[in-house]
Amino acid sequence: MRAPRVNAVTTATTTTTAMTSAPPVQAAGSHRLSQLDVLESEAIHIIREVVAEFERPVLLFSGGKDSVVVLHLAAKAFWPGKVPFGLLHVDTGHNFPEVLAFRDATVARLGLRLTVAKVQDYIDDGRLQERADGTRNPLQTLPLLDGIAAGRHDAVFGGARRDEDKARAKERILSLRDEFGQWDPRNQRPELWNLYNGRHTVGQHVRAFPISNWTEYNVWRYIEREGIELPPLYYAHEREVFRRDGMWRAIGPVSEPRPGEAVETRTVRYRTVGDMSCTGAVESDAASVAAVVREVALSTITERGATRADDRISEAAMEDRKKDGYF
Amino acid sequence: MTQALLSPADAGTHDGADAPGTLFRFATAGSVDDGKSTLVGRLLHDSKAILADQLESVTRTSTERGFGGDDGGIDFALLTDGLRAEREQGITIDVAYRYFATARRSFILADCPGHVQYTRNMVTGATTADAVIMLIDARKGVLEQTRRHLSVVSLLRVPHVIIAVNKIDLLDYDESAFAAVAASVRAVTADLGLGAVHVLPVSALVGDNVVDRSPRTPWYDGPSLLELLESLPVVDEVETAIEAFRLPVQLVLRPQGAVAVAPEDADSFRDYRAYAGQVASGTVRVGDSVSVAPGGATTVVTGIDFAGIELTEAFAPMSIAVRLSDDLDIARGAVIGAAGTLPESTRELTAALFWLDPRALRPGDRTLVKFGTNTVQALVAAVTGRLNLDTLELEPAGSLEVNDIGEVGLRLAAPLPIETFTENRRSGAFLVINAQDGATLAAGIVTGSGAR
Repeated sequence: MRAPRVNAVTTATTTTTAMTSAPPVQAAGSHRLSQLDVLESEAIHIIREVVAEFERPVLLFSGGKDSVVVLHLAAKAFWPGKVPFGLLHVDTGHNFPEVLAFRDATVARLGLRLTVAKVQDYIDDGRLQERADGTRNPLQTLPLLDGIAAGRHDAVFGGARRDEDKARAKERILSLRDEFGQWDPRNQRPELWNLYNGRHTVGQHVRAFPISNWTEYNVWRYIEREGIELPPLYYAHEREVFRRDGMWRAIGPVSEPRPGEAVETRTVRYRTVGDMSCTGAVESDAASVAAVVREVALSTITERGATRADDRISEAAMEDRKKDGYF
Repeated sequence: MTQALLSPADAGTHDGADAPGTLFRFATAGSVDDGKSTLVGRLLHDSKAILADQLESVTRTSTERGFGGDDGGIDFALLTDGLRAEREQGITIDVAYRYFATARRSFILADCPGHVQYTRNMVTGATTADAVIMLIDARKGVLEQTRRHLSVVSLLRVPHVIIAVNKIDLLDYDESAFAAVAASVRAVTADLGLGAVHVLPVSALVGDNVVDRSPRTPWYDGPSLLELLESLPVVDEVETAIEAFRLPVQLVLRPQGAVAVAPEDADSFRDYRAYAGQVASGTVRVGDSVSVAPGGATTVVTGIDFAGIELTEAFAPMSIAVRLSDDLDIARGAVIGAAGTLPESTRELTAALFWLDPRALRPGDRTLVKFGTNTVQALVAAVTGRLNLDTLELEPAGSLEVNDIGEVGLRLAAPLPIETFTENRRSGAFLVINAQDGATLAAGIVTGSGAR
């Protein structure tokens, strides 16, 4: 087995702490908000509603950019108080080590509680079986549901966005799930004005997606504006990779080249960060947040299309996973 | 009590896409098969908002289904009909949200279903829209579902209504055919009291007047659909700015020991208390006199906080926290308003309901209603009428069935500072919720309250 080699060419401007921020931009005398300010206020409103109406919310936190942005928004929503809920991470066992390190550092810095549900534990004791294709993304659902039940969580925040996928484009901001975590896309509650209905019966819970209306570009503009720190692999770095399914895959313990897949050193970055066994890198020179913003603005391919093998299984891969309780 | 913060240096890097007033929300409406999803696909395609992998996927599926014959045509509806059942049945079941931007604006598009059984999803899309595009099949003219959706649009006070007379290519771009449809729809919108309505001829399939003005309709000299969408004002600038200040309190920020600020600053936050919420309407400034409901106490705003930034003023739709000069009993559900502008609280109101549940509503039913951050029990005192979609007049009714628009009298378990939807589009809107299973039964707008 080859050892992974990761050389950060440049790390992004990460001098600011995540929980400080620029003020909302107000043009003098003009009662108009910029797009980011509107989206930010919408997200903070949603987060506060869920905290006010639910007993035991939790945030799904992977250390990926979207969950980092939701945590940043939560910190702003409750300033000067602490974020009034804990974090839950489903660790597939195939996560990037630098993302886990970032996750733990963030949790420690903010003094939050993190619960980790491990897919590996389920495989070890036989509750789950490794798939033939090696990806563990679909295996996350059971540990997730167990984690929600064990924590008696009635609301689960996630960083999912509607622009990521055509099934996610259909989901409500507050999405009711039954005791099996299932999403019923044919029978969603109407979601009217900014009045969110969080009522649920025993056993049900609600998934809450405060940044539903943000695009990948909005997220990066916000990261730039707020000076939010991210795991370094979101920025261009040299990495040993091989080509599979039209994507650059990192070499790692669970991601090894097959015969005929040549290993090369490329300058790459990650647009999404998930399971190493199904997340691809893109070739990029964008080593700073400003460069990433420019790159995203000019991209001609969607972030999941560029980087996620698990969404290529079928036209309805995401819908099928969501119906089964996936985020 | 200022927190050590970095200078907002990044604020200077904002480009046009993040300039004020550039986020515009719109929804589609109209009867089934009027071509809504096709129009949306065409709009996204022609404004270059579809990325290469999405287009490839849709093209592949279109070809597999034999769409477009040999010319490589694309079934644009596949771009938004994201559910398996939608693609299999060729219909739209639920709202699909799409995001795209032009050089002038960023858009949030809610592509809504046309089927009458999915009217609840159309209402969902319309409540947050700055504009609704109502599609009409030029060959069919105004249908019952057109009237229903226009009634929804009218009652919800959607600021801008665009009537897209679609499939004009199938009528050989005939001006008189367009004029006839335009006249009949204008008759309906006039009956409904809809003000400025934009009517334009389009072909979603071919692309006429969607992004670019079409040479095949030389008799139409107005803007294309996209040109309209790029130029109409945003709702929060139009309406909420001139309404009185309202802040429904979501929760009280009182961290006591559990502060997230630097240890050396912690002491100054020991007695911190602020009321958090999203400004529903109007503007508030530090030093303003405000009243609080319930109770009616008057006090003064001593500070407006936004995550460590002290603001001098805030306006809709900003999420903020306000500090007040007096220590009042204010909890979630309270409303802070400009002094002297809050109405007297009442337990009686009349309302128009969009009934969205298969279970009918009858006089004597008990439900929950949610106004802002307040959820209270309600008793249906009377069902006073149902909208006849042919005459657009209220007719007597003993109950409201699914997809009915009707008027009811409600009695609340606790008095609330209720305003009509005409006076305030946030304070006057509410949900009707089933107390047992939590289902959202109806969208409600206040038409009158017992206090006046």
